[in-house]
Amino acid sequence: MTTSLARPIAPTLPAVRRQLARRVALVSGVLAVLLAAIVAVSLGTGAYPISPERILPTLLGAGESKDAFVLFRLRLPRIVLGVLAGVAFGIAGALFQTLLRNPLASPDIIGISGGASAAAAFGILILGVSGAMVSLLAFGGAVAVALAITLLASREGLSGYRFVLVGVGFAFLAQSVIGYLLTRADEQEAVAALAWTVGGVAGARWDDIGVIAVTLVPLLLFLAALVPRIRTLQLGDDTATGLGLRVVSARYGVLAVAVALTAVATAYAGPLAFVAFVSAPIARRLVGGAHLAIIPAALIGAIVVTFADFAASTLIPGVVVPAGIVTGIIGAPYLLWLLATSNRGRRNA
Amino acid sequence: MEPARGGAAARSRRSRRIVGLAGSVVALLLVVVASLALGTRATPLVEVLAALTQPEPTNPLHTVVRELRVPRTVIGALVGLALAVAGCLMQGVTRNPLADPGLLGINAGASLFVVIAIALFGVTSPFGFIWFAFAGAAATAALVYFIGTLARDGATPVTLALAGMAIAAVSTSIVTLLIITDVQTLNTFRFWQVGSLAGRGIDTLGLLWPFILVGLLLALFVGRDLTLLAFGDDVAKGLGHNAGLTRGLSAVAIVLLCGTATALAGPLVFVGLVVPHIARAVVGTDYRWMLAYSVVLGPLLVLLADVVGRLIVQPSELEVGLVIAVIGVPVLVALVRRVKGRTL
Repeated sequence: MTTSLARPIAPTLPAVRRQLARRVALVSGVLAVLLAAIVAVSLGTGAYPISPERILPTLLGAGESKDAFVLFRLRLPRIVLGVLAGVAFGIAGALFQTLLRNPLASPDIIGISGGASAAAAFGILILGVSGAMVSLLAFGGAVAVALAITLLASREGLSGYRFVLVGVGFAFLAQSVIGYLLTRADEQEAVAALAWTVGGVAGARWDDIGVIAVTLVPLLLFLAALVPRIRTLQLGDDTATGLGLRVVSARYGVLAVAVALTAVATAYAGPLAFVAFVSAPIARRLVGGAHLAIIPAALIGAIVVTFADFAASTLIPGVVVPAGIVTGIIGAPYLLWLLATSNRGRRNA
Repeated sequence: MEPARGGAAARSRRSRRIVGLAGSVVALLLVVVASLALGTRATPLVEVLAALTQPEPTNPLHTVVRELRVPRTVIGALVGLALAVAGCLMQGVTRNPLADPGLLGINAGASLFVVIAIALFGVTSPFGFIWFAFAGAAATAALVYFIGTLARDGATPVTLALAGMAIAAVSTSIVTLLIITDVQTLNTFRFWQVGSLAGRGIDTLGLLWPFILVGLLLALFVGRDLTLLAFGDDVAKGLGHNAGLTRGLSAVAIVLLCGTATALAGPLVFVGLVVPHIARAVVGTDYRWMLAYSVVLGPLLVLLADVVGRLIVQPSELEVGLVIAVIGVPVLVALVRRVKGRTL
């Protein structure tokens, strides 16, 4: 990981940049292959197994109707939703952690997922709504908390330190509200609300996926336009200002994208605990250096969610386990392993 | 770290700190009295005094005060003290203003062990949860610290914080898995996890107060070294202090304090985060003073929240954990806005 920087004769800047780009491409390629493998396996596995040679024709519209039903109605929606939500969470985590310069600053920890969960729990337990209405409430909860944090943390500009602390306050508040609502509900409703606050892709429908996809495309294009500015921001505020960047508006732009990604993904897949928290640190450790690593983070997010859903649906037969339970169990130990073996922990985090 | 400045300025700051501390103690005493007197049946102060000094077994008011309110007040005060002091130590050790028992995974570890107790061993009473919660907190803290030291840089603040969150992620996930697949467990757990001081008998306390005492003594012992640690390991080492020893002793104190508090009242959030911040806003970064303020302000916050929770939805009551969050968030926001952070 350190070879390029540790050479006795310092290579030129373009050389370092090329090498880093090659490494990002290599890591992304490997991750994409891994993601494709997980998708292929989960398409074929389940209570009704479909062999690989039947999957491809069915996807192209030439298979049996029973295979087509299982693939298009049951398996493909959860996989697509898992990939989209994973991508959104992975990128959102990377953006928050870079922007706020704190490895703990993921939407889980700074209350944005919590706001969505509290709003959804309120909808399920008090208002008695379900389906699209819960998604709408969750979206509103995430955006409302993000706005509240931004407003409360801004004073003569937006400070990362203030943003994170106020956000943690909101996370605790949301957690307490959810805990309180759970004690006031009956058992079955409590289980439903709890499952929502964990998150999962089991109930995915094509309508929802359409909404997410339509929202993600402009967000990602906008983000692509912002990336050079984020790189400049990473050099520090003074340098960035010196280079002619309007630091404050660039920051608000990045923040808006991160919040929107989180809110949309949470609305349909639930908070999917810790995907945003673990994806970016893992990506950064794989790529090395203080690189932004947005594409690897997105791929890792997608891998974590799809693999978690696969594991959740196959581990305990007959029990529907929300994928959000498994995301923490598989993502966190991997992060711990990276922490324990990485020799550059201080610099990267 | 009292800088060797002109005597007058240092003296005036010192007297300001003492006055603030004295004011907090008075406020705490008022809240203690309120906690003894107020509830579903408000008790006149004369009766409270009589219940404490010459109780009549047949007087129902005296029974309420002695059997319900005294244990509740003592436990609330000790829990607040333990969490606030532990939060102080954690922020000092990790040099991260976000560190608190919740963020370092200790609450999650305690919750995991309690859920295992409910699901696998059929434990249902708060008294039975104590040892599981305690063991969970200790095991988590030890694991977080161990993983922190495995990293090649050693247990730096960043590795500790990341390791704590990762352990919390695993524990929380397993907890959710256990309660979502077993309604019986969910039913017992959801009432434990909200955090409450109600129904905790004085006998529980008899077993646990020594842990809090030892934790507190250790905390006071490392206070000075924590202040030095705030300047970075190198500076601390240069001044002849053993940063590793300070972190180790702090870790022991944190486990004793958090484990006991969580065993007594459930996973109370926020006290460990907000009290050290209030203390820091008043006294600066001198950890000895921060600890002194935490000892008073922690109980103040918890008891205040408990009294408010008893009063606002009579004849029922709101759990103390919820009220703390509702009171604590505005306090934290106001505090954070006062501090001039890095502007973006």
